[in-house]
Amino acid sequence: MAAEKIGANFKRNMFTENQVLRAILGICSSLAVTNTMRNSLVMGLGVAFVTGLSSLTLSLMRNIIPFRVRMLVQTLVIAAYVIFVDLFLQAFLPDISKQLGPYVGLIITNCIIMGRAEAYAQSNPPIPAMFDGFFAGLGYTMVLLFISLIREVLGFGTIFGMNVNFIGFETWTIMIMPPAAFFIIGSMIWFISARAAKKEAPKAK
Amino acid sequence: MAPNISPLIIFIASIFTSNMILSNFLGMCSYLSVSSEYKTATGLGMAVTLVLVLTTAINWVVYTFVIVPPELYYLQYIIFIMVIAALVQILEMGMDRYTPDLHAKLGIFLPLITVNCAILGVTLFMVIRNYNFLQSVLFALGSGLGWWLAINMLAAIREKLANTKLPPGMKGPALSFIITGIMAMAFIGFSGIFTIQ
Repeated sequence: MAAEKIGANFKRNMFTENQVLRAILGICSSLAVTNTMRNSLVMGLGVAFVTGLSSLTLSLMRNIIPFRVRMLVQTLVIAAYVIFVDLFLQAFLPDISKQLGPYVGLIITNCIIMGRAEAYAQSNPPIPAMFDGFFAGLGYTMVLLFISLIREVLGFGTIFGMNVNFIGFETWTIMIMPPAAFFIIGSMIWFISARAAKKEAPKAK
Repeated sequence: MAPNISPLIIFIASIFTSNMILSNFLGMCSYLSVSSEYKTATGLGMAVTLVLVLTTAINWVVYTFVIVPPELYYLQYIIFIMVIAALVQILEMGMDRYTPDLHAKLGIFLPLITVNCAILGVTLFMVIRNYNFLQSVLFALGSGLGWWLAINMLAAIREKLANTKLPPGMKGPALSFIITGIMAMAFIGFSGIFTIQ
């Protein structure tokens, strides 16, 4: 693990071990913001930023944090970076900040960040840990963008707010409502794990 | 200032029309992982409801008297998460002492409650919507009960489906998401009653 190349790490976090689809982490905050692509992109980049930097910080501190209080330290470090993101959004993108509402603060409780801190930053040097966290965040962004692409095109007929509804089909109200998010992510996980099962099946025999 | 909504309406609305899981997507992680058995789900639902009400009440007091007067808004996340973490720790020790059975079953999940998005989410909703104390507590109680209801429904359905033959890859989280989606659709039926958002 320790000598993992950055490229391999990228591939692992984006595809083979995508945190959302394979480890089912970070669902909490991710579904709610996927009604438009713009929100998803901002949220995803925010998470990637926090995951990368908190992994870097925690990896730097990994030898001095007492084991018993490490969860507390992790949470505090993550919270500090989330405050950065929150203040940044309030200052430069106030309308998105308003739309995301409490979900920016909820990046703190996004299990991906804690998961990366525990699973990788805890036992790896700072620079790979930073890339690992950042790529995990990008994998999350990718899933978010995919879900929101489906929801925004079918629900509003737009992509990033630009009208793509050329043939004038009736937009689906269900797509902007919560159930659609559950169905889409459920189907994605189904597809991915069915494929993984197929890949592993010959090995088992 | 506090919106002029009856606390009772907030209570009912937070169970049905803006259910924490089914319309706000909060607390999904433990919802998915602890819902394979009805009894455990009940225990976790109870724990979440309890923690929610206590933390929201304490966080309201902390927010009003500690964060607002010196305008420490940028520190609110850290303060809220500390309150939640401390309370869960105390609750865990209390459970260990008085209800060891429940602790044996829920012990590993209690730390998860700290990072349960629903807990912090309710606090943040309360801050954003400017609820007063009574509104906040009933909002927390309603949200907790709504969360409990949702996890119990999912656990009941999953228990019934435990031995069903499924397409490959469908078992586990994928199935849970689809079930939740159908439940969320059913809950849309309530949405005409009240809205609080």
